[in-house]
Amino acid sequence: MAFSALRVLKEGLTGNSGWTPHWRDPAPKDEYDVVIIGGGGHGLATAYYLAKDHGITNVAVLEKGWIGGGNVGRNTTIVRANYMMPGNSEFYSHSLKLWEGLEQDLNYNVMHSQRGQITLFNSDGARDAAMRRANAVINQGDDAELLSVGQLKKTLPYLDYDQTRFPIYGGMLYRRAGTARHDAVAWGLARGADRRGVDIIQNCEVTGIDTQGGVVQGVQTSRGPIRAKKVAIVVAGRSAQVAAMAGMRLPIESHVLQAFVTEGLKPCIDHVVSYGMLGHFYISQSDKGGLVFGGNLDGYASYAARGNLPMAEHVCEAAMTLMPMIGRAKMLRSWGGIMDMSSDGSPIIDKTHIDGLYFNGGWCYGGFKAIPASGNCYAHLIAQDRPHPAGAGFRLDRFATGRGLMDEEGTGSQHNLH
Amino acid sequence: MKIPCPLCGARDSREFSYLGHAGLLDRPAPDAGDAAWDDYLHNRDNPAGVTEDLWSHDYGCAAWVVVTRNTATHGILSSRLAKDGAA
Ligand SMILES: Cc1cc2nc3c(=O)[nH]c(=O)nc-3n(C[C@H](O)[C@H](O)[C@H](O)COP(=O)(O)OP(=O)(O)OC[C@H]3O[C@@H](n4cnc5c(N)ncnc54)[C@H](O)[C@@H]3O)c2cc1C
Ligand SMILES: [Zn+2]
Repeated sequence: MAFSALRVLKEGLTGNSGWTPHWRDPAPKDEYDVVIIGGGGHGLATAYYLAKDHGITNVAVLEKGWIGGGNVGRNTTIVRANYMMPGNSEFYSHSLKLWEGLEQDLNYNVMHSQRGQITLFNSDGARDAAMRRANAVINQGDDAELLSVGQLKKTLPYLDYDQTRFPIYGGMLYRRAGTARHDAVAWGLARGADRRGVDIIQNCEVTGIDTQGGVVQGVQTSRGPIRAKKVAIVVAGRSAQVAAMAGMRLPIESHVLQAFVTEGLKPCIDHVVSYGMLGHFYISQSDKGGLVFGGNLDGYASYAARGNLPMAEHVCEAAMTLMPMIGRAKMLRSWGGIMDMSSDGSPIIDKTHIDGLYFNGGWCYGGFKAIPASGNCYAHLIAQDRPHPAGAGFRLDRFATGRGLMDEEGTGSQHNLH
Repeated sequence: MKIPCPLCGARDSREFSYLGHAGLLDRPAPDAGDAAWDDYLHNRDNPAGVTEDLWSHDYGCAAWVVVTRNTATHGILSSRLAKDGAA
């Protein structure tokens, strides 16, 4: 079913009774050309681009839970392209361009809102670092603007500028950055892939990867064995468990990242605002009115999908320091997601030591913005057995060789510091 | 989360900083070769369940503590001083 303004109007007038499920619920077939393990944003985007760009439609996406239940439905939805290391820079630039056409492409409203992101700085050193990053972003062909405190005060009147602790020195505005509705992205991609013939199979956990003589044969699942010519791992926080099924040990440690949302409020925060001094803090307002915000990882390896109170307190302290008005809002919910932290803080999209088995992971806490380009590049690799130019830097062997490491934060080889 | 320091007793996790898996105590020999060093620096078992990891009691006695924990539940099972070596 195609969406249009007319259709929405008609359904509105007829009790919304004509909508049908967005994708089929097929039983797994015995064999596929490509089996994708993991129905998060990246797995769904991979299936979508395999079908759309490469005409490969005999594809199954196997999801152990439900579509939208992983990180794709748990993130703070910030979409930006302000990475500066070669490899990351061109990839995220590519991703932002794909985002800009995604809704038309999918015929689906993912509520992509380029409301602009303002990253604040609080010292001369932080201003230099922000300028360096902004120049890299301009060099990659995207945009960045420096805002003075005077300009900021007009745009973000609610900030506490004169705090003695971390006075605000200025900000960098990325106008094309913004947010999107996270689960709509998953649903839109699932629907787009399904419409092109891909089977989206939920409640189907992969429990083994079958290989013979170094060549992949298929997978074992909770719904029986499935043969496949190619198998693509893309399971975010569960990368270690699934890769271990193929005898792989990865440069990844899984950590918890929390997010928080307040009760719905009238519009008050028009942009994505981020603030680095007290630890990472970022906030935006959802279209429902809730203030959505978060900070750093809790810092210890975790699969609990929930965090502890010290980080909740820390994030709320940062919020109060930056915008005291937020103290009047009630916090509604908090939750956590399992982050696949790589040892240089950048992702992996590559072949593996097994023929026909591919790996995509290590997205850390930043893989939502990457969804379209990750799917696009992974599909290219799977279909053509050579990397897409925009994702060619995400090699698995960069850790062993040291060539092309992308340590965006300059923190060295420690998973929880990125 | 309270981390049991063998010297100071159970203390708030904010008194500690976290380094990573306790396998970091098994540092390869300087001439162990690239593969051993790559594995040591980057790769992790990353278990969803019981693990051992290294916490430094920065705001306490400054000892390095090996904590046996469950990553799936955040339950803490036991701890020992890192200087006492492997379990
Ligand atoms: C609190 C929080 C805030 C974040 N904020 C941002 C942000 O503002 N901007 C941004 O760019 N990124 C952000 N991220 C990161 C982003 O959400 C992730 O990097 C990204 O969603 C990961 O890719 P995915 O969508 O494919 O993962 P997931 O949705 O986690 O998909 C992986 C899927 O694999 C499935 N799976 C696992 N094991 C198996 C198996 N054995 N068999 C079958 N299926 C399996 C899982 O059930 C899961 O559905 C945030 C994350 C969190 C948790
Ligand atoms: Zn102590």
